[in-house]
Amino acid sequence: MSARGGTAPGISAYRIAAMVERYWYLLRSSWPRLLEIIYWPAVQMLTWGFLQLYVAQTDSFFARAGGTFIGAVLLWDILFRGQLGFSVSFLEEMWSRNLANLMMSPLRPAEFIAALMIMSVVRLLIGMIPVSLLAIAFFGFNLYGLGLALAAFFANLILTSWAVGIFVSGLVLRNGLGAENLAWTIMFIFLPLACVYYPVSVLPPFLQYVAWALPPTYVFEGMRALLIEHVFRADLMLQAFALNVVFFAAGALAFLRLLDSARRNGSLLQTGE
Amino acid sequence: MTDTPPAIVVDRLVKVYQSGTAVAGISFALPVGSVTGLLGGNGAGKTTTIAMIMGLVTPTSGAVAVLGAEMPRQRYRVLHRMNFESPYVEMPMRLTVRQNLTVFARLYGVDGIPDRLRELADDLDLGDFLDRQTGKLSAGQKTRVALAKALLNRPEVLLLDEPTASLDPDTADWVRSHLERYRVARGATVLLASHNMGEVERLCERVIIMKRGRIEDDDTPAALLARYGRETLEEVFLDVARGRQNLEAAQ
Repeated sequence: MSARGGTAPGISAYRIAAMVERYWYLLRSSWPRLLEIIYWPAVQMLTWGFLQLYVAQTDSFFARAGGTFIGAVLLWDILFRGQLGFSVSFLEEMWSRNLANLMMSPLRPAEFIAALMIMSVVRLLIGMIPVSLLAIAFFGFNLYGLGLALAAFFANLILTSWAVGIFVSGLVLRNGLGAENLAWTIMFIFLPLACVYYPVSVLPPFLQYVAWALPPTYVFEGMRALLIEHVFRADLMLQAFALNVVFFAAGALAFLRLLDSARRNGSLLQTGE
Repeated sequence: MTDTPPAIVVDRLVKVYQSGTAVAGISFALPVGSVTGLLGGNGAGKTTTIAMIMGLVTPTSGAVAVLGAEMPRQRYRVLHRMNFESPYVEMPMRLTVRQNLTVFARLYGVDGIPDRLRELADDLDLGDFLDRQTGKLSAGQKTRVALAKALLNRPEVLLLDEPTASLDPDTADWVRSHLERYRVARGATVLLASHNMGEVERLCERVIIMKRGRIEDDDTPAALLARYGRETLEEVFLDVARGRQNLEAAQ
């Protein structure tokens, strides 16, 4: 990776930093947008946290499995908000009709994607840190108490979110803002299939095959193993990582193909509906 | 006579979209330091041609080379030596002018960014609104900012798609003067797509007239006026647009 922009022949950290700087300017220019990043995860966490408190009062299993709902909500938000943070930064370029400026500049697609990945983590941290502190204050659930397991969960979830974000960005690039809704909704397919709130064994057998093909399933199973049985399942994390490599490569390949298709059909000139 | 290769070479360029043919086999070469106008009505293929030269659109067939690099395949060899301006492409509105220009300066690898911004602010009279949000500027101010972005990296090849569209005559004249000065000072190659015949007459030493994706005529403004027996390029343009040159030839 080279350090300077413009004439640098390879991937340039300088250009990636320029894009991150640009998104950071955008983010801090609007306090309602900053607030929105925190608002919904906080509402979700509080709702599920209180539900867990109620269920735990009436069911001994949930009394033992303290934090599975809150943990699931917080990990789900890493997956969902990670993709959304990536996609929203990309959509900012479409909304501001700035894409042609970028595509005409020396910025490489890989640098563009790297900047979007960094911004997805920045947006995620802005949202998750206050919400995770709220979880401690309200329910005594300390996400950071998961220690190294949290790092493994986070890494696997953010990788999936990037893979999906890259793929959706390619679709929007190729099809214009008509495909924007996908950016807001595509991740919800993972909610029932990746077994966020229940074990895989609950699903009918044929859907279990689908679930095990999705990297987040391993993370949520791993989280339940940790919180209920107090066992860290490294094997699940490694399987999730292997699947994530495939997902990420497929997302990046699809993005490049869709970008190529956008150049062929002139979509980069017309980035509206 | 020098052997300097042309800055832009367009060779039998074709672009076919699903909706039809936008560019139908055009060829031209622009020498280094030349200013060429690309004239044509709506749908003539000007914007698609410029987009293919920039590498934003892949040709269906034919070839484009800019500063020796084949576009779009080798675009990263030359994109830092080119730039463009179009009123149809905007910059993020919530960023200030300074923030927008700083980000683009970094993308283009401009050295001494604060000095370059100061220089452009003086040249283009941006000082009063350098720290204002881009979205809050008037059309004339936005055009000056877009021009500043296009000149940030002191491009050797400058592509302009209707650079004075929707500007009042005074601002438009000011923009033209600045482009003229830049071209003379830097020896840049300029390709200018425009509907404004006065602008083309004033800035360009060569005019390429396009119609339905083809080149209908290609010459100096003086030669075109003489050939069509007209006083202004606007009359020549109307003759070409309405097919009068063909009628006269037939008669």
